[in-house]
Amino acid sequence: MSIRVEHLHYIYGEGTAFSQYALKDVNFTIEQGEFVGLIGHTGSGKSTLIQHLNGLLKPTKGTVYYNDEDIFGDGYDRKSLRSKVGLVFQYPEYQLFEVDVFTDVCFGPKNLGLDKDEIERRARKALELVGLDESFYRQSPFELSGGQKRRAAIAGVLAMEPEVLILDEPTAGLDPKGRDEILGTISALHRERGMTIILVSHSMEDMARYAQRLIVMNHGEKIFDDVPKEVFKHYKELEKIGLAAPQITYVVHELREHGVKIADDLTTVEEARDGILEAYANLQKH
Amino acid sequence: MLREITIGQYYPVDSAVHRLDPRTKLFGTLVFIISLFVADNIWAYALATLWLAFVIRLTKVPFSFMVRGLKAVLFLLLISVSFNLFLTEGRVLVQIWIFRITWEGLRTAVFMAVRLIYLVLGSTIMTLTTTPNELTDGLEKSLGFLEKLHVPVHEISMMMSIALRFIPILVEETDKIMKAQMARGADFDSGNLIQKAKAMVPLLVPLFISAFRRATDLAMAMEARCYRGGDGRTKMKPLHYAGRDRAAYGLELLYLAGMIGIRCLL
Amino acid sequence: MGIIKASKLIFDYIRRDEEDNIEEVNRAIDDMDVDIKKGDFVAILGHNGSGKSTFAKQINGILLPTEGTVWISGMDTQDSSHIWDIRKTAGMVFQNPDNQIIGNIVEEDVGFGPENLGVPTEEIWKRVDESLEAVGMTAYRLKSPNKLSGGQKQRVAIAGVMAMRPQCIVLDEPTAMLDPNGRKDVIRTVRALNRREGITVLLITHYMEEVVHADRVIVMDDGKIVMDGTPREIFSQVDRLKAYRLDVPQVTELAYELRKAGMDLPEGILTRKELMDNLLPLLGCGSQERKDENHVDQS
Repeated sequence: MSIRVEHLHYIYGEGTAFSQYALKDVNFTIEQGEFVGLIGHTGSGKSTLIQHLNGLLKPTKGTVYYNDEDIFGDGYDRKSLRSKVGLVFQYPEYQLFEVDVFTDVCFGPKNLGLDKDEIERRARKALELVGLDESFYRQSPFELSGGQKRRAAIAGVLAMEPEVLILDEPTAGLDPKGRDEILGTISALHRERGMTIILVSHSMEDMARYAQRLIVMNHGEKIFDDVPKEVFKHYKELEKIGLAAPQITYVVHELREHGVKIADDLTTVEEARDGILEAYANLQKH
Repeated sequence: MLREITIGQYYPVDSAVHRLDPRTKLFGTLVFIISLFVADNIWAYALATLWLAFVIRLTKVPFSFMVRGLKAVLFLLLISVSFNLFLTEGRVLVQIWIFRITWEGLRTAVFMAVRLIYLVLGSTIMTLTTTPNELTDGLEKSLGFLEKLHVPVHEISMMMSIALRFIPILVEETDKIMKAQMARGADFDSGNLIQKAKAMVPLLVPLFISAFRRATDLAMAMEARCYRGGDGRTKMKPLHYAGRDRAAYGLELLYLAGMIGIRCLL
Repeated sequence: MGIIKASKLIFDYIRRDEEDNIEEVNRAIDDMDVDIKKGDFVAILGHNGSGKSTFAKQINGILLPTEGTVWISGMDTQDSSHIWDIRKTAGMVFQNPDNQIIGNIVEEDVGFGPENLGVPTEEIWKRVDESLEAVGMTAYRLKSPNKLSGGQKQRVAIAGVMAMRPQCIVLDEPTAMLDPNGRKDVIRTVRALNRREGITVLLITHYMEEVVHADRVIVMDDGKIVMDGTPREIFSQVDRLKAYRLDVPQVTELAYELRKAGMDLPEGILTRKELMDNLLPLLGCGSQERKDENHVDQS
């Protein structure tokens, strides 16, 4: 599996007075098994970008390749592409529509034209992955709690058994525990099943914790593409484009400014704790 | 496609027509529509054309922008023209196979087309020069007398104004849900009519649920801001007639008199 | 008695079947007593379903108590003759910015409340001007709400409440649907209203960074108040907060971890500045000549 984007341009409302660049010459390759974080302020082009990856939007210019095949080439089966590149939109619970959770999760695999046994097997599996047990199968999706609805909706995409899972702010509007549960599920899919993950999020703390690679968008252009630790070293530039680094990054940099000997690439609470304790221990020795 | 319809769109420039009280414009539109039905000869249409050209000039809205609204009624226009053209009995002008065009048919078809086009242009002027809020305010005030007949005029105009606010939100939401279902393999384009209708369920159910949720939220927000119907309510932007409105009423009435005069005299 | 007072408050959501028989009773608020002082900035925390939103709706009479009493500025919410005074006194801002803006133009939406109260036209304009100014949205007054960002929409909603000249604003998860910049904008606006205009603020949220500056933090769980104190008192109990399905700001957590590992830091550190002031001496650096001090708190 690989997704390759070459010279991708997208213009909204082309040919009208309101036409506007949403994406400008974006290039990258995402390989099998990566966990990629995608960040950028609202309107930076992230949502437009991910809709190109499963063929919902057609590039104004440039090409998107899935396994080296042009997804807008003649005769390319985009419907089957959408089952391989699963896309979970923001507030995915708004797409629930069936009488019960189980039937709703079956919708995706049913559209793939699979037989009944396979559809149900996949639905069961998907619901298990998001942690909804059999007691939820026959419940109306509209009577679940916010976090449960969200998980049911994610199961609806997982049931297509995609190779890549793209999620647009999957934790928006949830409480801290709900956020942890969803992120835990996503992280397990990546760790245990080797699923390729592309996660759009505003939380730098989550990015520092989960992503292996960070792509930063600004005004439709890709401005950083590196491991999170490296990207967060540019926290001053990130601030200029309306973003920030995790709180911990600021603590670490401030300590360094005061001469504390601590690495400059610590981004999580655990890393900072260990770094500070080490510096503290060294000081005690002298 | 939704973007091509100019009816209901406001064109923000500052012109004499824009500045008129919405009631004046409502009355003017009504007068114009009546005049089109009064007109029955070429001179009447000539006067209507002059009047329309005069008002369009005053609005400062580009004519090309205005005629875009006609696209939406093109189909209707073609049907009514061809019906009149081919199905009116009378003096035969041309005959091609079974199709026969009569002199009377041609005349009615042309008048019909002109009438329809003018009707659309006339109402387009109204909406292009009046914000939705002014329009609902104008309607509420002009139709205020219906309150006495227990017609809930205030409620209806409040509903219209809320609908106008939520239409763009729901259009965007439709697009989002459609894409979300497409990402789950839904297909909205292929299949026969029944399959297509069935394919709409995953779109319509979430859309209705969302609309209901928004309605409940909005009702709660309105109550929290002390909304309790039209009684005892004041207006931030009350309607006031100015000198130009009196002049406009005068011109509108003069035009109507002219049209009636032409009909009676010629 | 403070501006908001609840005594032995109980609220049940009752679900009935078609024959009007009670099918299910869900106790959302369970014997709650609270008294909120005028001019305070009070944050209410709690996971989804803890009863905090239900409590918010009690305050301006959208929901009425099943048992017990709620008084707003001394007025009983169950006394229907006061309902409009209560709603005027305690304004409310909701979670979804789209679903609470009524007007098609920003300034007209802000004028909606005063119109309903029968305020004379001239006075409406004055209030709209002042309210838009207070939330920093004057430049957008003629825009359509649909063209604004989420944070801007919430500020318009706050202006709409301000135009009713309330003594108290209740905000029910106003930042849940916003991006970080929108969240900062809204919180900054609310803090300014609290400090400059002396408006009592009741902020319901589950973003812990937003409550650091509150005068008082109330934690709800299962319809009850389980913790109540200053942010420092609350955030010094990291384990307890986590048991209530809540988080702490990362700086607080780091300080807590370091303290646990034996470093001599005080309990309940809330901001980066506090952490630095206490940590730097331990690491052999003075805490003087620190720059950009104010920067920390919001990030």
